[in-house]
Amino acid sequence: MPAHLAHKAPDPISPRQRQVGRACRSSRSLAPFAAIAALALTSAAHAEPLMDGGKLVLTNGISTVEGASGGGLATWATIAGMETDRGIGISAHVTGIELADYGWQSHGLSVGIRDRVELSWARQNFDTRNVGAALGLGKGFRFNQDIFGAKLRLVGDTVYGSPWLPQISVGVQHKRSLDGAIVKAVGAAAADGTDFTASATKLVLSKSVLINATARLTNANQFGLLGFGGPNQTGRTVQFEGSLAWMLTPRLVVGGEYRTRPSNLAIAREDDAHDLFVAWAVTRNATLTAAYADVGSVATFDGQRGGLVSLQFAF
Amino acid sequence: MPFSLALALLAAQPVVDAPPEDPAAVDWEKEFGIEKKVRDPVTGEFPVDPYAQDPANAGARPFAGDGMARAFGGQDGIRSIVDRLVDLNVKDPRIADIFRNQDTVRLRRTLFEQICFIVGAGCSYTGRDMKSSHKDLGTTRADLNALVENLQQAMREHKVPFAAQNRLLSRLAPMDKDVVER
Repeated sequence: MPAHLAHKAPDPISPRQRQVGRACRSSRSLAPFAAIAALALTSAAHAEPLMDGGKLVLTNGISTVEGASGGGLATWATIAGMETDRGIGISAHVTGIELADYGWQSHGLSVGIRDRVELSWARQNFDTRNVGAALGLGKGFRFNQDIFGAKLRLVGDTVYGSPWLPQISVGVQHKRSLDGAIVKAVGAAAADGTDFTASATKLVLSKSVLINATARLTNANQFGLLGFGGPNQTGRTVQFEGSLAWMLTPRLVVGGEYRTRPSNLAIAREDDAHDLFVAWAVTRNATLTAAYADVGSVATFDGQRGGLVSLQFAF
Repeated sequence: MPFSLALALLAAQPVVDAPPEDPAAVDWEKEFGIEKKVRDPVTGEFPVDPYAQDPANAGARPFAGDGMARAFGGQDGIRSIVDRLVDLNVKDPRIADIFRNQDTVRLRRTLFEQICFIVGAGCSYTGRDMKSSHKDLGTTRADLNALVENLQQAMREHKVPFAAQNRLLSRLAPMDKDVVER
């Protein structure tokens, strides 16, 4: 950043220009054309790669359980992928969660475009194990859901710029339960739903702390795995997602998140979710996250907490 | 008729070729209108166009107290960190081209002054402001990120505590608009 590259080149003639000069010495009238040809060659040689991979490590966030980049549980204002504002980036993740009575597996892909737009997809597979038998769904019944997300960075930068201006993004997450008949049978008003998010994220360098706050308009039950809306509340309500993370090294972050959730279904209470996580950028392109996650009561089975492991590759 | 035209063309050829110029004898700097600059015999720096010196050119206010200066190992530590940073940059394939044909003697001095001034280690900054010192370098956000990573490496190697590293970066991060050109 503070490179005071104080003065102009003492001798700005490149070897290529010298060659051109030599080639032109007996036909000097051609020099301008040769110079243009040399410039064209130079710009072709300096063509920037589409995937520049120049983002600072970890500033692409960690894929959330809904596919958008963030802190694992909460969606952040970050844009997925390792691209900067001059390229595109891609990201892929796989996440597993072991809860008291359930198993969770999700995976997804996302694309970041010029650190401005994020497009994401995630598939969630929620294994009911023995609960499935108790609920009459069958042992090991799986609720499945696809989530298609888009996020737009409006203003600001997580790291740079004014310390008082966070990176602010808005997003949309369209969720499609693949178990429409069953989620409606448990009381959900719809099998598809769309969440809207607004997030502000800032790395407060003077304190080595990252702060995120997100407002989400949603009527999803258990992220949407149990459908959308219900007897208690059909429409969307505003929910809050907060994250606080502490940077230990440029590649190691520990933090916690809290996420409020609506409780729309009459047959089963839904609680707020929270987690404590450690994220480690093993390399520039691979991030391993481990977390303790607590989602409270799920389908009448209380105390659903356990361990989360997530692996993300980003380029 | 074609035959006579060919004869006429032949006749138009010069009898003797002009003597070829000796490449070594041509002053190419002069041919291309290059003004030769000479390093100052004392400082080893190339001269720069005059500008108004002002500590505000450093682009950040200094830290109060001596905690940051001690975390950076005082002026000796800062000089060593800056030397390492410049060495890393000129060898970094991502950004080495930006430093080619730049006066790294002056860069080492002004960068030292800037960091010394900001961490409060008792220097005055005499360089130019961030916008004019980065003019026409064509730097991108990715270049800036690469430089930040090199600075982090230099500070880490010199055992600057991570919290102090980030406190310095917190004063540098707001300059991004002035040092990224495209």
